[in-house]
Amino acid sequence: MDNSNLPNYLEYKGKYKGIFAWIFSTDHKRIGLLYLYSIMAFFIVGAILGLLMKFELIAPGKTIMEAKAYNAVFTLHGITMIFLIVVPGIPAIFGNFFLPILIGAKDVFYPRLNLLSWWLYIIGAVVAISSQFMNGASPDTGWTFYAPYSFKTQSNVLPALIGAFILGFSSILTGLNFIVTMHRMRAPGMKWLKMPIFPWTLYGTAWIQLLATPVVGITLLMVVAERVLNIGFFDPALGGDPVLYQHLFWIYSHPAVYIMILPAMGIISEVIPTFARKAIFGYKAVVISTLLIAFVGYFVWGHHMFTAGMSGTSLFAFSFLTFLVAIPSAIKIFNWMATLYKGSILLRTPMYWAVSFLFVFMIGGLSGMVLGALAMNVHLHDTAFVVSHFHFIVFGGVGFAFFAGIHYWFPKIYGKTYDAGWADTGWIVFFFGFLLLYTPMFYLGIAGMPRRYYDYVPEFHFANILSSFGAFIMIAGLSIIIINLFRSVRKGEKAESNPWSGKTLEWTISSPPIVENFEEIPEIK
Amino acid sequence: MTEDNTHDHYDHEGSKLGMWLFIFTELLFFGGLFIVYAVMRYKNGIAFCLAAEELNVSIGAINTVILLISSATIAMSISSIQMKKTKLTLLLLASTLILAIVFLVNKYFEWGAKIEHGLYPGSEILEQFGHGEVLFFGLYYFMTGLHALHIIIGIIFIAVMMMKVKNGKLNADRFVQLENAGLYWHLVDVIWIFLFPLFYLIA
Repeated sequence: MDNSNLPNYLEYKGKYKGIFAWIFSTDHKRIGLLYLYSIMAFFIVGAILGLLMKFELIAPGKTIMEAKAYNAVFTLHGITMIFLIVVPGIPAIFGNFFLPILIGAKDVFYPRLNLLSWWLYIIGAVVAISSQFMNGASPDTGWTFYAPYSFKTQSNVLPALIGAFILGFSSILTGLNFIVTMHRMRAPGMKWLKMPIFPWTLYGTAWIQLLATPVVGITLLMVVAERVLNIGFFDPALGGDPVLYQHLFWIYSHPAVYIMILPAMGIISEVIPTFARKAIFGYKAVVISTLLIAFVGYFVWGHHMFTAGMSGTSLFAFSFLTFLVAIPSAIKIFNWMATLYKGSILLRTPMYWAVSFLFVFMIGGLSGMVLGALAMNVHLHDTAFVVSHFHFIVFGGVGFAFFAGIHYWFPKIYGKTYDAGWADTGWIVFFFGFLLLYTPMFYLGIAGMPRRYYDYVPEFHFANILSSFGAFIMIAGLSIIIINLFRSVRKGEKAESNPWSGKTLEWTISSPPIVENFEEIPEIK
Repeated sequence: MTEDNTHDHYDHEGSKLGMWLFIFTELLFFGGLFIVYAVMRYKNGIAFCLAAEELNVSIGAINTVILLISSATIAMSISSIQMKKTKLTLLLLASTLILAIVFLVNKYFEWGAKIEHGLYPGSEILEQFGHGEVLFFGLYYFMTGLHALHIIIGIIFIAVMMMKVKNGKLNADRFVQLENAGLYWHLVDVIWIFLFPLFYLIA
């Protein structure tokens, strides 16, 4: 359909001018881009912090910073990466941009609430980051804010806690908005089981955002009260229970992992069928496994606390449930494989990212099984192995899916093509660097190197050098990718409206889309 | 549809769905606190019962009745707006508002008396008691305080609804916002229904 005679969302002139036309816009596409730019900016900060840690670990002893500075750096790295990037990440960027388009709607149900979510995100980010610039030390608790240290430390934990609380609100409102949008605004004829997979994964995610985030919200508020009012819930000196804090924290923060990974799986479920030229294999199985992951994900939080002190029965129950989550995840992997089988595969940049996603996600998932086993967990708890597992899932999973998504939808978002040669180069450099960075950490963890230490024994030197070099290579790849995309926004050639011959609704409208997406709401047959 | 009227479409069911989802969030928000309460009371059962004797059951009971009546008045206002009785709607909303304020005034005197007796987190007097009492009062202030904050938000919410009823933005055809305000107010009420026995009636 060619509707280029109407103004597209990038050119559209509304009430406001200049930057205000963006930061006060209620257009879901503009809000999606606002999130894209803010999250990318924070991501670069977080990546630089990670790089600093790898510089420190390149040799035993002090290399560029002392233990205290290292504690502050890994804390800020964790807070930025988790609360500012991967949790909002894909739903806020691609969910906002493509959810209404994929279900044939003109916008989300609450456009103004959507804008408010972005503002809350920015306010939360500013408050959290202000902890770095106030008098006193930067927070040094790690992103988990474990009690009792989080209310005993003299560092500026308070703004970080309040920032995380506000960010939680932003996340809840986005989830609420998406659920109502999907219930009320699907195009005529788009039954639930005709929705593409990406909206389905957003649906599962939205429920987790809605039902898990408030628990961490209240928990963070309790820590605030602990610091300000000495209220005693988690303070053993006043009769409180620090392990209770861990329970409450992980009741949210484990499901939060599924907030991160489900939409990533959704993107992969869009990219693979498009480039295999086949409909996704086992659509219903993928949908059901999505909802199962979201549901079972609520009941596994205890596996973060196997060594914290729990009854034997709870240990077994949490371990068993953890293994259970692997089943729906594996169903997805097999469905993606089966989609590729006998497909007419077109290898383009998004597809490279998608297949490498399968690779790193499987390593991440299987190492998760290792950690879910009780006996192994005692050995590996709080070692570099956990860090590696976590980064394979969250950076490998979410990061690779994000890059798959941005290379897949870039022509639609900007109406421009990018330089495929540079994009592929960026991918292979990044992929190689990623593996070199995190694989040695599996070995280090098994050999006994604890996480969050700025120093190590000389035996670990070689593996740490490998890992640090991996980080440098990965950052080089990342720079290639980002510079290439930025250049293409300005200088890229005009894109067709359906460059990959995709079958979903976003490819039926012009690139970039017009203000209200569709001239006429499509009818699904 | 022209360009800027995406906000104009009116979907009663959808708006109510959104409010219900928000209420789920609120329930889990307080749910975290109820879990903490359960764990703490399990560990300090007797101390909790003793500490509860310090609370004034009559003020608590009066406040319970006040909130129940206010829930009734706001529910009636939703019926009356559908019957196109604008004046009655405003009157009922005003009564809800006044009852909410009376609740807060009671709360103020209740807290004030406790603090005067030195029963607040971190006070010297409280430190002489055992851990159970410290935790009880910690939870008491935290949970009733958070509830009071919800009452204040509710007051603002209801005041805005009154203005909208007055200038006709809410009417017999479009009253979903008022209904949502009612849902929110019932939530605040329900939470109090749980707080009252858990703190006042366990002595």
